[in-house]
Amino acid sequence: MNEHWYMLTLVGRDRPGIVARVTHALFEGGCHLGETSMMRLGGNFTIMMMVRFAGTTHALEQLVAGEAESLGLRLHVDRVEGGLHRHLEPDVRITVYGADRAGIVAQVTGALAEAGLDILDLISDVGGTEEAPIYILHIEGRALEGIPALESALEIVKGKGVEARLTPVDIMVG
Amino acid sequence: MLDILKYPDERLKQASQPVTVFDDALRTFVADLEETMRAGPGGVGIAAPQVGRFERIVIVDISALRKLPKGSSHSGRLLLINPEITEWEGMVMGREGCMSVPDYTGNVIRAEKIRFTACDESGTQREYECTGFEARAVQHEVDHLDGLLFLDRLVSRRSDLFRRKVYQK
Repeated sequence: MNEHWYMLTLVGRDRPGIVARVTHALFEGGCHLGETSMMRLGGNFTIMMMVRFAGTTHALEQLVAGEAESLGLRLHVDRVEGGLHRHLEPDVRITVYGADRAGIVAQVTGALAEAGLDILDLISDVGGTEEAPIYILHIEGRALEGIPALESALEIVKGKGVEARLTPVDIMVG
Repeated sequence: MLDILKYPDERLKQASQPVTVFDDALRTFVADLEETMRAGPGGVGIAAPQVGRFERIVIVDISALRKLPKGSSHSGRLLLINPEITEWEGMVMGREGCMSVPDYTGNVIRAEKIRFTACDESGTQREYECTGFEARAVQHEVDHLDGLLFLDRLVSRRSDLFRRKVYQK
């Protein structure tokens, strides 16, 4: 049977050793890993893994189901198109922060999308204290309509307690 | 045009030897090396070990950039033979790629400003000072001479914060 790429997602309460146990089960089952991303979000373990596997979605689920169940993780597998060596490089990095309130991400990314931003990587976090939380957003992306357009968009977003900074990413290839 | 060694070729991890003879053969090699650098997509620097010649020779020229990055010096074509970085100042994170590591870029912390010495084609030693992007390029290429790739200096892709640390080889 031909190999395909699958996107395997696991979510659940975090504890040490999850990645080792899950990837061991995948390796034993003849899988290859591609790009992966694990993050701890609010005390939850989350991971997305590109897995190359010569079998069905169901068969891949069965490889990991035992470990997922014993670790108390919810498992989701999708067969996906795409593959490796398809990186797009960012040319801009944007950091936004301010007192936490509903709607920051929607407003900022809405304005940036209109100004031609293609987001390649986004991570946001809440710091500060419970009484006075602050929201911090990091974005890397491509300025499809140029950096000045994004700078103008950020000027509109700034104020109202939100700070924003745009830094061009100049990739040095040597 | 010379062939570029690509990691995981182990030869990229070896240290290169100082140049001792400054002759026509050296100048011919330098011309070939420069041609190879300029043929690479977006290449602003190259080191001799990248083409399998393990001598301490690098070329940096950021002139091909559409726009000079903020804070960067611009010295035109720098041919650096037996370069020695003597002073490092400041630290800055930036994104690097490498002709020897296709399809991957990563964040690396480099000194913002460096001073260094190097010989020219005739063997005369000169002193230089670079800042920003150009300084990054010089540090990246000099690393190649010591068998170091930017992969050896990667920092998290997910953060532009870094701990204070003295920049050393």
